[in-house]
Amino acid sequence: METRTQERTRIALLTGNEAIARGAYEAGVAVATGYPGTPSTEIVEYLATLPDVYVEWSSNEKVALDVAMGASMGGVRALCTMKHVGLNVASDTFMVANYTGVRGGLVVVSADDPGMHSSQNEQDNRLYAKFAGVPLLEPSDSQEAKTFTELAFSLSEEFDTPVLLRTTTRISHTRGVVQLGDRQVPPRRPFQRDPAKYVMLPAYARQRRPRVLERLPRLAEVAARPEFLRVEMRDPSVGVVTAGVCYTLVREVLPEASVLKLGMSYPLPLDAIRGFAAQVRRLFVVEELEPFLEEMLRAAGLPVEGKAYFPQQGELTPERVREGFARAGVLPEPGDAGRANLATAPRPPVLCPGCPHTAPFLALQRLGAVVCGDIGCYTLGALEPLRAMDACLAMGSSIGMATGLALAGTAPGPVVAVIGDSTFLHAGLPALVDAVYKRAHVTVVILDNGTTAMTGGQPHPATGSGVRGEPAPRVDLAAVCRAMGVEFVRVVDPYDLGATFVALEEAIRYPGVSVVITNRPCVEAPVKVRDEPFRVVPERCTACQLCMDLGCPAIVWTDETYEGRPKVTIRLDACTGCTLCAQVCPADAIVRVGPGWRRS
Amino acid sequence: MQTRNVLVVGVGGQGVLLASNVLAAACLARGYDVKKSEVKGMAQRGGAVVSFVRYGERVHSPLVERGRADLVLSLEWAEALRWAAYLRPGGVLAVDLVRILPPAAQLDHRTWQASYPAVEVERLRQAGWDVRPYEASRCAAELGDGRMANVVLLGAVSRELEFTVEEWEQALREVVPEQVVEANLRAFHAGRELPLASVSPGDVRRPAARTFRVEVTASWCKGRSCGICVRVCPEEVLAFGPDDRATAASPDRCTGCQLCQLLCPDFAVVVREEVAVG
Ligand SMILES: Cc1ncc(C[n+]2csc(CCOP(=O)(O)OP(=O)(O)O)c2C)c(N)n1
Ligand code: SF4
Ligand code: SF4
Repeated sequence: METRTQERTRIALLTGNEAIARGAYEAGVAVATGYPGTPSTEIVEYLATLPDVYVEWSSNEKVALDVAMGASMGGVRALCTMKHVGLNVASDTFMVANYTGVRGGLVVVSADDPGMHSSQNEQDNRLYAKFAGVPLLEPSDSQEAKTFTELAFSLSEEFDTPVLLRTTTRISHTRGVVQLGDRQVPPRRPFQRDPAKYVMLPAYARQRRPRVLERLPRLAEVAARPEFLRVEMRDPSVGVVTAGVCYTLVREVLPEASVLKLGMSYPLPLDAIRGFAAQVRRLFVVEELEPFLEEMLRAAGLPVEGKAYFPQQGELTPERVREGFARAGVLPEPGDAGRANLATAPRPPVLCPGCPHTAPFLALQRLGAVVCGDIGCYTLGALEPLRAMDACLAMGSSIGMATGLALAGTAPGPVVAVIGDSTFLHAGLPALVDAVYKRAHVTVVILDNGTTAMTGGQPHPATGSGVRGEPAPRVDLAAVCRAMGVEFVRVVDPYDLGATFVALEEAIRYPGVSVVITNRPCVEAPVKVRDEPFRVVPERCTACQLCMDLGCPAIVWTDETYEGRPKVTIRLDACTGCTLCAQVCPADAIVRVGPGWRRS
Repeated sequence: MQTRNVLVVGVGGQGVLLASNVLAAACLARGYDVKKSEVKGMAQRGGAVVSFVRYGERVHSPLVERGRADLVLSLEWAEALRWAAYLRPGGVLAVDLVRILPPAAQLDHRTWQASYPAVEVERLRQAGWDVRPYEASRCAAELGDGRMANVVLLGAVSRELEFTVEEWEQALREVVPEQVVEANLRAFHAGRELPLASVSPGDVRRPAARTFRVEVTASWCKGRSCGICVRVCPEEVLAFGPDDRATAASPDRCTGCQLCQLLCPDFAVVVREEVAVG
């Protein structure tokens, strides 16, 4: 939120993600890459609003890291962003880039999601820093997100290593006050041939590995520098070692406690921590997810308390930190603070009104298909009322799982993989090749809505546009499938319920790999699709509930009934005019709203 | 100054984030430290949205602790109830009386009761809640754009917070898109003058549960080669039996809509209501 007045005063209210982007910008980053993923997405998006930086969405996180690594080798500063699970995809490169080191500074941002607000797991990526032997920075607010990003680039160059900057949802998505500065581009370091550094043949890799180990003690000294380490001595009876968002929670809940706040949480400034431990009576570690710091401190012989009081699962909140300190006997029992929850309606996320993913799922449900799903908005097809998904693991897993399930030969119905366009390009391509190679009897439905919708609508290689909305080469999904050897490829409009049904029915019958591509744009991004809405003629509605089976949030029950069942009405402001409900209504009760109605 | 805690809540698409951005901009204009935190991601897909705004001299945690909020500003009735427990004793629950029924609340095809809480302002008041109901959506619609309900409600509660009218206006000018600044300023001032809504509890509809029986005359049914009734039944009552003919596999789910009976080209399906005799 950089507003007109604030830009003049050089202060802005930025989210952690925007602050990282701003920090990279001011540090003179030349190339920024990433693959969308909550809560990391806005870093690349914000950088794309700033001049003089090459910014791209890559087709997956590994490609993003490879591109960033190439840029670094070329001597410019490079940033690579992803959500926590993205680093699993990029880890193959990450676990070697630590050996080669860098030339221009290389900063990898992992945005973790404790509590799984929008993720399939809550892995703690601090462990990757230890795994790879690279420095780990953890900002605790937006200002630090910016400063640490700038520092990360210099560290990376000074120590010839990628730097892992780790945020969590609350850091990435909290706005805070940030001091802005000017962009300063360091001089380019031209590319230099150095096979012993960049060609990781076993012989060369064996020479690089000791460098990873050697630099760790030197990095631990950096971790004790005042720009990273803060020792706040207050009441000596309780000392807390913490980092990231947990620092802010501790300050809130135990304002009088002494705190050692880490900015670099790997490698650890152990001497400083020992000194701190000697000054306090009880030593706690407050950290989210794994006992990462706790185990290292215990291994160093320090008597720390941590996971005994603070849960290993989920996001830490002020409540949970307070309860932890109460259990530890540091704070009084919170008692029954506040009032009880009031009863209310459940409100899980749903597919949007007019979502082009609706009809394929309705058809698959009615065809009794066994559906291996994938990750995206369409994962909501697993919930009521569509209930048309039997599995969903990780990006691109649908096709391989469907292949395996078909090979097992035990599925009670036709085996179908459902995958979004962005996910297909991310990790679906090798799996489809594999299915063709195995002659698997599976149907692959590619839901081509022309965007990466789940994460807010980013372009990808099959959308024909780039990150700034500029035209870009467009991959033809049907041609790709045919080129891979799929003989049955059908493209169908998912707003035509009958045609969708027939295409899927034929595909399922085809004895081999069949692909059905549904091709309607998402109604939310890149452009909001708002056609003339539909309304219900109450006199005709027999309250059969067939339209309710679409799960369209624009359709709601009214107080009027027909033979005891509630008739429905359509919220005109929410309806996008997709026509699906009108197609299923057997009473012709759903009609265009007609002239005289204007969308505000 | 003690840190102030505000929650802005609502349903995806209602403009929760715009409203909390305006509040945060007002805080910044005052020179406060401010943190504003929300979980995005599923917001676009009609889920519940919450934005925490905390401001004061020095704000640490981005999260508000339960039982400590000064104000919950809700753009929707059910969402107000969801987050009310964050209020401190004496905190204000300001709510737009608009109701957005989620699909998940309309799944009970036996009793047809929507699992949506009744608008019972009086009962909450008696239980000690300081509820401030407003017809913000209606007011915004009258001003020509129902989407400005967020700013109307912000106007309505603006007197509860320490900012001056000038600071609010400046914040709005900074945050809302240029072409709608004037409309939003009007909405804000309309909200500032908006009286509390008077609420009379609506009638609760409770039709008796009815039971139906679906009968298929097997010898008239063409089975899988037709399958119309199996596919059309909204409740998935019908399925193909071992003889490939349609049969009422889940008879308890029938709601008596009779679509199968009406659409069967061979008059093979009949739906009867079970009437208790005696
Ligand atoms: C490895 C990994 N990277 C990123 C994500 C975040 N993510 C979830 S769904 C999704 C993409 C969805 O796009 P698409 O397949 O086109 O489906 P849509 O949401 O458009 O329906 C992304 C990037 C993830 N879950 N895992
Ligand atoms: S954002 Fe697009 S793809 Fe996602 S649910 Fe809405 S319409 Fe469907
Ligand atoms: S046309 Fe019907 S199904 Fe489509 S968005 Fe409108 S109400 Fe929903």
